[in-house]
Amino acid sequence: MDKALMSGNEALARGAWEAGVEVATAYPGTPSTEILQNVALYDDIYSEWAANEKVALDTAIGSAYAGRRTMAVMKHVGLNVASEALFYASYTGVNAGLVIITADDPGMHSSQNEQDNRNYARFAKAPMLEPSDSQEAKEFVALALALSEEHDTPVLIRTTTRTSHAKSVITLEDRETKEKRPYIKNPPKFVMIPAYARRRHPVIEERTAKLRQWAETCAINTIEWGDKKIGIISAGAAFQYAREIFPNASILKLGMAWPMPEQKIRDFAAQVDRLLIIEELEPFIEEHVRQMGIAVEGKSIFPAIGELTPERVRAAAVEAGVLAKNGNGHTPDVGALPIRPPVLCAGCGHRDVFWTLRRLKVTVNSDIGCYALGVLPPLESSDTIGAMGASIGVAMGMRHAGLEKENVAVIGDSTFFHSGLSALATAVYNNTPIVVIVVDNRTTGMTGHQGNPGSGETLRGEHGHRIDIAAVARALGVKHVYELEARELKEMQNTIKEAQKSGEPAVIVARTICVFETSHNREPYIVHNDDCNGCTLCFRIGCPAIFKSDELDEKTQRPKAWIDPVQCVGCGLCYDVCARQAIEPGKEIPVMAA
Amino acid sequence: MTNKKANFLLAGVGGQGTLLASDIVAEVGLRQGLEAKKSEVHCMSQRGGAVTSHVRWGEKVASPLCEKGTVDFFVAQEMLEAMRWLEYLRPGGTVILSQQELPPTGTVFGSAVYPDKERIFTTIGQIAGKLLALDAVGVAESLGNRRTANSVLLGALSAELAEDEQPWLEVIMEKVPARHKEVNRKAFLAGREGAWELGD
Repeated sequence: MDKALMSGNEALARGAWEAGVEVATAYPGTPSTEILQNVALYDDIYSEWAANEKVALDTAIGSAYAGRRTMAVMKHVGLNVASEALFYASYTGVNAGLVIITADDPGMHSSQNEQDNRNYARFAKAPMLEPSDSQEAKEFVALALALSEEHDTPVLIRTTTRTSHAKSVITLEDRETKEKRPYIKNPPKFVMIPAYARRRHPVIEERTAKLRQWAETCAINTIEWGDKKIGIISAGAAFQYAREIFPNASILKLGMAWPMPEQKIRDFAAQVDRLLIIEELEPFIEEHVRQMGIAVEGKSIFPAIGELTPERVRAAAVEAGVLAKNGNGHTPDVGALPIRPPVLCAGCGHRDVFWTLRRLKVTVNSDIGCYALGVLPPLESSDTIGAMGASIGVAMGMRHAGLEKENVAVIGDSTFFHSGLSALATAVYNNTPIVVIVVDNRTTGMTGHQGNPGSGETLRGEHGHRIDIAAVARALGVKHVYELEARELKEMQNTIKEAQKSGEPAVIVARTICVFETSHNREPYIVHNDDCNGCTLCFRIGCPAIFKSDELDEKTQRPKAWIDPVQCVGCGLCYDVCARQAIEPGKEIPVMAA
Repeated sequence: MTNKKANFLLAGVGGQGTLLASDIVAEVGLRQGLEAKKSEVHCMSQRGGAVTSHVRWGEKVASPLCEKGTVDFFVAQEMLEAMRWLEYLRPGGTVILSQQELPPTGTVFGSAVYPDKERIFTTIGQIAGKLLALDAVGVAESLGNRRTANSVLLGALSAELAEDEQPWLEVIMEKVPARHKEVNRKAFLAGREGAWELGD
């Protein structure tokens, strides 16, 4: 049998293909994005990006109702957006199998919070599987779909960053094609008006009881017996750390996060002297086991905040006296080091917008995307960032509350289509005088340049219909709609001022470029040493291509600027901000005719 | 070779190709009949932030992350990042260091100071059994493409592992774009044949 090294995300996509999935939907979000990108490589599966996770899940539910095996994919906070769909789908059940993947991000590598989505399984009364490596990720997709069909329920799979983005070996198998299941009209099952939903609720409770029975004997809740002085219950990526740090302990590994096998847990607990739970984030297993009346230790030892790592598990165990100290603790003294936070790329068009907003000294309600980096020094021009699409609503609230300073909402093109539309409709409806700047770089940048309704490029590489943001704003009834190039700083500044004076909702579509997608068509800029006096103005745009040179200005004794020709892509913002004309534009690079 | 067990850490700056380089190390382990796991982080850190990737070879590997203080081979693509992740190195472990300096923006507009070379070498020397400081970018540039610096580093790594070059070259050739195959092969061999002597 063929083997391959795959990330958890690649393996989930492979699992979908092997298990006969025919429709797959998602909205990109780290650490889940590559799942659908890899699904799209299989021609047998129809796959698409939705404008948001709620739409993705509704679409997936419709496909499962109609009889095709289906997968919906999102990051942990994406399931918040899609949660209403999850809850009704739990009541209606499915027809063909439906698997929903939620990719959690403990440690917040690229997220605004570290919620534990195992809670959604219990909350929505839907079973959840939790793989701990790529092979399991692949196998659990097939298992989830079989469970989904057998028990008439959507099935969740929870990954974390370390299962999604870790690579391990998987065994490749062939695709198993499934007959399309006929759709049979059945309103009491598929129409959740109160009268029918009331009849479904007991069915769902009965389903959970049956799934709990299944969990007792299923092959994915396994015990690796070892020394019985310590017994550990663990799951997901945390299981790998538990195995690593406690090589001799007995471990009950729960491949099924919900519902839990209570009898199996009781039997395991009865045979070990000391029962520990090692799980990432919330004490989800621990609280359940404690409710069963079993003495257990978990979060009193192992951290509930942040991502677990082998050394964190070891340090916590040593601290609690569960493990003896080993020799790994030798730490070199490296002293204070400069931090290296992510930055807007050299030539990124968002820099023009945040530089302008900084000069205008307005309050900025920003949003989720690359442009969230506008909050960091030296631009420091964001006041609030919360969730996808929140910028417009928060900006409206600040207006209603009578904020002393002017405020503007900044939202990206993909985020605008994700959840900015209904917020903008609210602003127009109530005539709330807010200025919304849509920073439009025609791509979903942060997650790796996926298409969106504003770019028109579909997941399958087709050039679909590109929706014009300014036209949408006008259609929603915004009277003051402006379109401009963010690179034209003066025009942008004047337009923002004009929009603020209108006293009505205004939308400015600031066209920017993503340097991963297109270029400024200019060679690197050059600093003229004779004219530069080290005033530091160009340092303050935070461009990663501008450095302090070794040469000091004679008078000021400050280092002059130097532009790294490798990193500079010729955007020209430094040229615009330089007060001494010490920066010379690079030559224009002729655009080749297509 | 099947009894080989090793922990690797690769560290660099977003855009330096850390993830591709670590893919190659993991794949080479696999080709030798070992279990291999690797772990990395995508997205935000790829915007010029600090990027690390862990690779582990062994008969059986549980955690995809190396524990601090257990890394046998630390490949640092940038000087400051070598310092930042040094605590992962096992005392006596090997450091393969590209002498490239990429000062973070805080050292340009702020008061943060980039550590000087001497301090970096001394600190690494206090814990490492061996330090190979390479002018990887210089070597790559002299071969015609500075983007092949990682192949120079991987060449040096393969020599340190005292390994046959074949599986390494095979995997590199599979993973790099067709038009860059030849220059990457040269860069790998330059690293393997002692390019660190070019460093100071």
